[in-house]
Formats: sequence, structure tokens, C-alpha cells
Amino acid sequence: MRVKVLSRNPDDYVRETKLDLQRVPRNYDPVLHPFEVPREYTRALNATKLERVFAKPFLSSLDGHRDGVNCMAKHPKSLSTVLSGACDGEVRIWNLTKRQCIRTLQAHEGFVRGMCARFCGTSFFTVGDDKTVKQWKMESPAYGEEEEPIHTILGKTVYTGIDHHWKEAVFATCGQQVDIWDEQRTSPMCSFTWGFDSISSVKFNPIETYLLGSCASDRNIVLYDMRQSTPLKKVILNMRTNTLCWNPMEAFIFTAANEDYNLYTFDMRFLSSPVMVHMDHVSAVLDVDYSPTGKEFVSASFDKSVRIFPVDKGHSREVYHTKRMQHVITVKWTSDSKYILCGSDEMNIRLWKANASEKLGVLAPREKAAMNYNQKLKEKFQHHPQIKRIARHRHLPKSIFCQIKEQRIMREARRRKELNRRKHSKPGSVPVVPEKKKHIVAVVQ
Amino acid sequence: MAEEWLGVEAAGSGGEEEGPEDGDRRHRQLLEAVSALSGRKRRKLAERSEASVQVSEFNVSSKGAGEKLVLSELLQPIRAQSALSSVKKQLSKVKQKKAVELPLSKEERERVVREAAYVKTSKDVGKWQPLVLQNRRAEQLVFPLKQEIAAVAPLERVVSAWKPRTPLEQEIFGLLHKTQQPVTDPLLTPQEKASLQAMSLEEAQRRRAELQKARVLQSYYEAKARREKKIKSKKYHRVLKKSKRRKALKEFELLQKSDPEAALAKLEELEQLRMEERMSLKHQNKGKWARSRAIMAKYDLEARKAMQEQLARNKELMQKVRVELPEEEPGDVPEEDLPPVTIPVSASRANPWMLGKPSDPAKEPEVQEAREDAAVPAAVESKEEEEEEEEVSEEEALLQEFEQKRHARQRRVGSPEQHGTDEMEAVPDPPGDSSVHPICDEEQPSAGMEPPPQAQEEILLSEQLHRVQTMEEVEALASKEPSEEQEKQPAAAGAEERAPRQEKGKAGARPAKKPTAKEKMIRLESVLSEKPQEIQCPSLPVVMEEEEGGIDQRGVISEAFAGDDVVADFHREKSKAEQDGKPQAVNLVLPGWGEWGGSGLKPSAKKIKRFLIKPPPAPPRKDQHLPHVILSEQRNIHAVAHQVSELPFPFEKHQQFEQSIRTPVGPTWNTQRAFQKLTAPRVITRAGHIIQPLSAEDLASAASGAKPVLETAPKQPPRCPQKRAR
Repeated sequence: MRVKVLSRNPDDYVRETKLDLQRVPRNYDPVLHPFEVPREYTRALNATKLERVFAKPFLSSLDGHRDGVNCMAKHPKSLSTVLSGACDGEVRIWNLTKRQCIRTLQAHEGFVRGMCARFCGTSFFTVGDDKTVKQWKMESPAYGEEEEPIHTILGKTVYTGIDHHWKEAVFATCGQQVDIWDEQRTSPMCSFTWGFDSISSVKFNPIETYLLGSCASDRNIVLYDMRQSTPLKKVILNMRTNTLCWNPMEAFIFTAANEDYNLYTFDMRFLSSPVMVHMDHVSAVLDVDYSPTGKEFVSASFDKSVRIFPVDKGHSREVYHTKRMQHVITVKWTSDSKYILCGSDEMNIRLWKANASEKLGVLAPREKAAMNYNQKLKEKFQHHPQIKRIARHRHLPKSIFCQIKEQRIMREARRRKELNRRKHSKPGSVPVVPEKKKHIVAVVQ
Repeated sequence: MAEEWLGVEAAGSGGEEEGPEDGDRRHRQLLEAVSALSGRKRRKLAERSEASVQVSEFNVSSKGAGEKLVLSELLQPIRAQSALSSVKKQLSKVKQKKAVELPLSKEERERVVREAAYVKTSKDVGKWQPLVLQNRRAEQLVFPLKQEIAAVAPLERVVSAWKPRTPLEQEIFGLLHKTQQPVTDPLLTPQEKASLQAMSLEEAQRRRAELQKARVLQSYYEAKARREKKIKSKKYHRVLKKSKRRKALKEFELLQKSDPEAALAKLEELEQLRMEERMSLKHQNKGKWARSRAIMAKYDLEARKAMQEQLARNKELMQKVRVELPEEEPGDVPEEDLPPVTIPVSASRANPWMLGKPSDPAKEPEVQEAREDAAVPAAVESKEEEEEEEEVSEEEALLQEFEQKRHARQRRVGSPEQHGTDEMEAVPDPPGDSSVHPICDEEQPSAGMEPPPQAQEEILLSEQLHRVQTMEEVEALASKEPSEEQEKQPAAAGAEERAPRQEKGKAGARPAKKPTAKEKMIRLESVLSEKPQEIQCPSLPVVMEEEEGGIDQRGVISEAFAGDDVVADFHREKSKAEQDGKPQAVNLVLPGWGEWGGSGLKPSAKKIKRFLIKPPPAPPRKDQHLPHVILSEQRNIHAVAHQVSELPFPFEKHQQFEQSIRTPVGPTWNTQRAFQKLTAPRVITRAGHIIQPLSAEDLASAASGAKPVLETAPKQPPRCPQKRAR
């Protein structure tokens, strides 16, 4: 006779070493785990609260410039290196891991208007108010060597911006006209002019590398094709565009930072209306830079704040500010998409986390799983009022807060007025203009 | 007409002398006449009259110049149509042709060029559209898109590039170079190679053959060992062990014959070992290791086994080398539990060295206790001993048989059965003593249930014995943890039933069970008296304890909530809820209005009846037929703060939204795999990795579709649950 005995195989529950996780047999019968929605809701609420608690985006400030930081450039090959140019013509190269300045050079007399690194990372270009374009070595000169540019190009007019081609030895400057230069020559390969106003910024498309976009002070954005040696199209907005930035993952999308406090994302194939109008700033937007993932971009504004916008959302998901930060002139999103750098009037460069509550450093697998789960929960319950309220809460300085309020009132008044006018006039005589169309004056062929 | 023309010409030329004017006129007249003749009006030929031609300043008339006849004119083809038709044609052609426009202005020209360029470029850029859409819809994007493989520089390059600088490094480098330590192929140095080459061919072959043979032999041996290890038959192992023991004994005998002194020394050694063991308590469960094993034994089978082995060793070492008398032996140990040193009777007789002191009678109280029936089992056991003698030869045959069977690749299922039948045959062999038979019968199944390969397993066995019986016993065992008490209970019962058992004799299996229990008890006691310590290792599964707890749960709960009458409370609550739910009458009675007022005065009944407004009865409660439920139809204002008031944007129906909320994503409700899938982040970036923009290769690979750049899966549209038809 054989009697069956209740027994378990120790292999099922005894771990091999003490470093192993305890094996926990689970029964997933839903009857045994009731109240799943309330429990998950509570977890989501807690996760949201913790996210807010741990939202400490400011990492450090790089100080050393003796005038406002006017422009910055990322190193294409090294994540820890960033270049900055100040209003007194000084260029500094920073090491972000050490948070130190590793090199200083007096590049220009007057402002450093623009700078860009060569695609290989061996040298960089600066343009300044002294009507010169200078090429510098990225490495600091050896002992005893003098700090001198590799090349200097003397121009006739002031250059206000510069950008380098993403794959070839070609760069573009802007000023009175857009010039395309070969690195080996002292005169431009070709020049584009369309109109007579000064051009404030020029940017190469990172994907379709022959495409360029520029914005001029006569309120227009002009696209160029390097191969066609002709401008392509011009769109005129209500107010002047300060900078534009191409999406690094979507060849035909670019975003323009405008003086009218808004940013406009355009599809270059359909310029008659922007794809999205991003509004939240309360003063002129001075700079914009895309995240390398192409999902978000960061904007710097004259209202002393930095905002992060999702590409497909009309409003920002994050606002960064500190008490001491003045007008933010330039902003960059680092190439690993983890950090944001902003240079401002009061001579500092600030380093921020792109994701305010992210834990830096190596995460244990369990931590990572928990993080993912929390993220998912937040996403799942984002429409619930309590969670939404907590997740959306941001602190703002009073000046910005008041301005936002004021502008909301103004906008509301304008809307009401338009409604009233429409109500009291002949039907159809006051057409409804969608927000996207409102800011476009004309598209010129 | 041509003749006329000629004629006229001739006439004209003939009349030239009359003077130019006159001639001219005449000529015109003539022409008119001729044209009148033809009947239709001829167009006048254009006539040039130029003063300078007719009136020359040198008074030289040039009027004859136009009149000159050219031969080519005469040769002109004769045409049917009029001479003007070609002109007409040309005219119409000119009319059909559009005029060449003026060249465009510079601005316009540029615009045209720009337009064309823009169309071309935007078309060009449009090729990215599918990839962009794919990335936007992707469930998960892992950046950087192209994973760079870290290039490992080959060792030679690293080594050749590196140069020793410090003296120590130089020294080491020098040494390495002196021995010509290979860098690339680190198998053999040149010296080793040379020495290998030095060996002659025959020698090398011989050596190789030797090595091969050794290897083969080893592999054979290993295979054999593995095969034997795999054999599960306990019988086989038992037999094997016995044969080994016997072999050792034989060797010992041989030794004693050849060299009695050495044999004696060996015996002495054994005795010494025993003494040491008794002194040292080395193999008991007191040591650190043993205690740790005792803790682990609950969970770990191997720990348990190791412990048992140790205890067996202890017992083995403690066993006194002696020769048992045939009468006393049976009660001592069951046949299979013979310690390796015990010697069969025949051997002991032949063995004067093995004649130790007889075991003290106090050690086997059972023998004295059951003095009356001791003779009978003793007889049986002695018989069995004889049987065993026979089995000795049988075992050899058996082992052979096992081997043969394996070689024949037959199933071993048959062999244990055969063995069993052998034994069954052996047991009833002695002429049946009626009282003996049941005991033997009883012992057989118990042995079958727990075949202990070693004597020490009995200790654990005592616990196991109870476990194998009914579930109730298991539970009882779990409730009372000390095993000794348990064993004493049946022991007492067994002692009482001892006498009736004898009288019953050939009773059925049920009454026969108790005597066996008693016998076991007796054996256990003997074991306990031998053993100084009881093992503490719990061998009961944890599950049973839990089960026991579960049974008590109800009692515990009822005890905890003894004072509460939950049901009555619930009914009270429900009736209160019902009362509260009923609409209240509105009292609009104004005392003192229209009648006398003052303290102590009540409004009249008529007035009350008139101004007390009764509301219409409330609709029936939804829980009126549900006695165990209170359904509140009021909105819970505490929950409102946490509820979504309007349908959020991407959802079109509230069912969709509810569905999205209802499915849990946590690890509590999902398997690990599903959890990972559900919580996979949309965008994964790695710290310290530069994310490059898209490039043409991405487009190419995406277009080919062979290897998508991104790990993409088309996003599933939100599942909208089927609306139930009512």
C-alpha cells in the first residue's frame, strides 16, 4: 500500500543562494485580489505624490562668464563637453561631469553671435560682432602654443548666426544674407537673399542635410535648398521669429520660437498653417532646441523661465525657473536626452534634468520595474481629478504667475469680443479663424 | 493668255518709238482691253512710279529698266491658282502663331524657379513620411536607434603599442621576451614546441594509444558508475551492499587465517574506534554542522540524508563487535537493518575473534517482556537466518541477473516482483505456526512502505511511520508535536491489548495492527535507550501546520467576535436607511395665523391637515428584495473628489474609458511577463549614449522592411467593448 503524503519539492521554494530572490508562488485568481481599481488608484496617487516630492530638476550652475551667455553649442561626440559664448566675446568650454570650465578663449571683440561645432568634433566655429568667422581647434593648445584660430574669415557685414552641415565640410552663416561656405575657402560658395532684412538665425536640417531654414527680422521664416541654390518658400508670421530648430527624428518638422510668446511647429510641406501652436510663455521666446528623441523640445524665454513642450501638445509639461535666473537667451538639450542646459543673462549656465523627478545613476532592476509601473499608473489615472491636480501643480514666481493671469484675462476678453461681434453682425461676415491660422500673415512663393 | 501677254509685249516693244507717255497709255489701254476680253476684272498690278526713276537728274531716262524681260520669268511654272494664295497661306500661319511674350521680370522668374524647387524638395522630403508615422505610432522606441558594437582591439595591437617605461615593467617585459611567451597563440612556447617535436614518432604513438586507452577505460568506468547510480531498485542496492559486506568479511577471514595477528589488530582497531566514538560524541547531533543540518533538514532533502548518514555512522561505530546468540538476535534488529559489522551466525562460529561479550539482557527488555511468545518468533527468525544463508548465494545470482537484464535491455519491472515472490515463498516455508503467521504478514507491508536502507533511518522513520497512516493521524501529529509522547500512547494501548491478541491468534488484519504498533514501540524504546540524543529535525511539511491553523480559524473568529451581533446591526442599519430614504412631509403650518396665539396653544387639527403637505410616495427601493444588501442611490460626495466628471479627450465612449481603467497593470494581478509588457515604457534612452538623428540608412532599412530600425508594433486602437443590446 502506498499512501500519498502532502509534500512539496524544496526546489520550488528554496533558493539556491541567499542572493536569490525569494520565490513567491502567486495565485492570480482575481477573486483573491479584489479591489484592483481602488488599489491601483491609491498606488497611482502615491506615485504622483512621490513624483512631485522628488521633482528636483536643478543640478548645477556653471559660472565663470563675465557677461551674459549669448550662445551655446553641443559637442557632437562628447556628452560631457559643451561650449558657450558670451556677450563679451569670450568662449568657454565646459566639462559637465566635473562641472568646470576647461578652457577659455577670447574669440571676438563684442558679442559672440553664434557658434557651432564641426560634425566630427575636432573644431568649432564662432561668429562675432567683429564681422569675422573663426574656426578653432577643440583641443586646447599645447604648452607654449598661442591660442589662435585655425582660420579667420573677414566678412563685409556682421554675421548673426552660424550652423554647420551635419555630414560635409560646409557651414552656413547668416547676417544680411545666408551664405554657404566651404571650409577650405574664404569666400562663400553661394549666397541666398530674399528681401533686405537681417537674418537672425540659420539652421541645417539634421536629416535632409541640404535643407536650411532661417528666420529674419521682417517676421518671416525662409527655407532654402543648398542643392537648388535658391530659397524655397517664405512664410510671414505676425511677429518676428527668433530661432528655429529642426526635429532630429522627423525630417520635415521644425519649430520656430516667436516674439509673440508662442512657438510654432511647422511641417515644411504645408506652411500655410502650423501643425501646432505651443503657448505658455509670457514673454518673447528666445531659443528652442529639440530633444534628440524628437518627442519634446525645450524653449528659453525672456520671461526668465525654461519650458519643455511635447511636440504634439499645445502646452508645456514642465517649467523651470530659479530665483536668480534672468532672461534665458540660449538653451540646449544634451545628446543623450537626459539633461538641459540654459544660458542666461546673468552670466550663468544652468544644468537641469530633462525629467524633473528622474533618479540619476544606475537603477536596480526592481527599481526600474517599479519606476515603469508608477509611470504607467500615472498615465492610466491621469484624468482623475486628484491625480491631475497633483501632477499638474508647479510653482511659479509671482511675476510669471501674474502675467499668465493677465494674459488669460486678455485672451478671454478678446474671445468674448469676437463672439459678440459675430453675434451682432450678418452671419458669415465675421468668420471663425482657427488659432493655427491666426498667426500666419502670408505664405510667399 | 500667255500668247496674249507675249503679243502685247511684242506690240509694246514695237510701238516704242511713238514716245514714252503715249506708249504707256496705250499699253494700259491694251491691258484693260485684254482684261475686258477675259471677262473678269483683274486686279491692278501695283505700279511704282518713282520720280527719281522717271526723272533723272542727269536727264537720262531709266524707264526701260523695269520693262526688261528676264529669262527666268519666262521659265516660271504655269500655275492654276492665283499668285496670291501663298501670301494668304503665310498670312494665316502668322495669324495662328501667338506672339512671343515679353521676357519675364527678374522677380517673376525667380518665383517660378522657387516654386519648382519647393515642389521638388517637399516631394523629396515626403519620403520620410512612412518612417515618421511608424515612429510616432510605435509602442516602444529604444534610443539610440543604432546600437554601436564596442570594438575590441586585438591583443597584439594593444601589446605592440604599449611600451614599458618603469624599470619593473622593463624587467617583466624582458623576461617575457626571453621566454618568448606567445602573445597571439598562447598555447605553446617555442621551447614546448621544440620538445614536442623532439619526441619520436613511435613513442608518441604508443603514448597516445596509452592515453586513449586510459581515457576509454575511464569513460567506461564512469558510464558504468552512472548507470549503476541510476538504478532505483532498493532491493538491488540492498543486495549490493550485502555482497560488499560479505566480501569484506571474507577478506577478514582470509586475513585471520593467513595472519591472525593482523586480524586481531584490525579488530582492536575497530574496538578503539568504538571507544573513541563513545567518548567523543563526534557523530551525534550536537555539533555545529549537525545543528545547522537539523534546521535545514526541514526543507532540504539532502541535508536530511546527510544527517541520517551521520547518525548511521555513529551507530555503526558504537556497535559492539559481538556474536549474538541465535535466540536473542531476532528481537534486536530487523534483517535489513543489520549494521555492516554484524556477522552471521555461521561466520561467527568459525570466527573465534568475533566472539565478543554477549549483549546485555537489559538492552532488550522486549525479549524478557514477551518471554512467552519469544520462542516462536525466535524460531521463525532463526529460520529466516537460515534463509539468509541461502540468500547469500541467491544474491550473487541476483546481481548477475541484474547485469544480464540490463544487457538484454529488458525492463527491470519484473525483477523486484520476482524478488518479492521469492521472499513470500521463503516466509511461509516453515511449517505454519498459526500465531507466527500474522506477525510476519504484518511486518512485510511495513517494510514495503518504508524500506530503510540504513539502520539510522529508523529515527526519522518513527515520525514517518505515523505520517504514512491516515490523514487524521497526520493532523493529530501536527497538533501534538513531541513524537515520544505520541509513541507512548499507542504503546500503553498495545500493552493492554497484548494478551487478547494472543488469544485471537488468527484474527483479521484490523486487530493484528495493534500488536505491530506495540512491537514498533518496543523497538523504538530499544533504539532510544541506545541513543543518548533525540534528533530535532522536523520532517513534517509546513503545509500541514497551515492546514491545522485553517481549521481553527473559524473558532478563532467566532471567539474574537463573540460579543457582536453583526446581523442584527446590519438589519438595524438597513431599516434606518429605509427610513431616511422615505420622503418627508413638509410642514407649512403657521401657529397663530388666523386664530388665537400664545403659549400652550396648538394649531387646530384642521389647519394641520390643510398645511401639512404629504409628498408622493417614494419609488420602491432597489434592495427591497435583497435582504443582505443596502443599495444607496445617493451620490457619495466623498468619492466624487476622486471621480472623473467628464469623458477625457482621446476616448469617445465612456465604456472605453472604463475599460481602460478596469484592466489592472500591476504585478498583483498579472504574471511577471504580462506585467513587464504592460508597463514597458514608450521611450527608452540610455544614459551616456549619444542619440544621432535619423539617417538615410534608417530609411533604407525601414523601406526594405527586412530589419526594422525600431522595435515597433502597430499600436492597437483602444478596444471598445460591445454595447450590450437591452
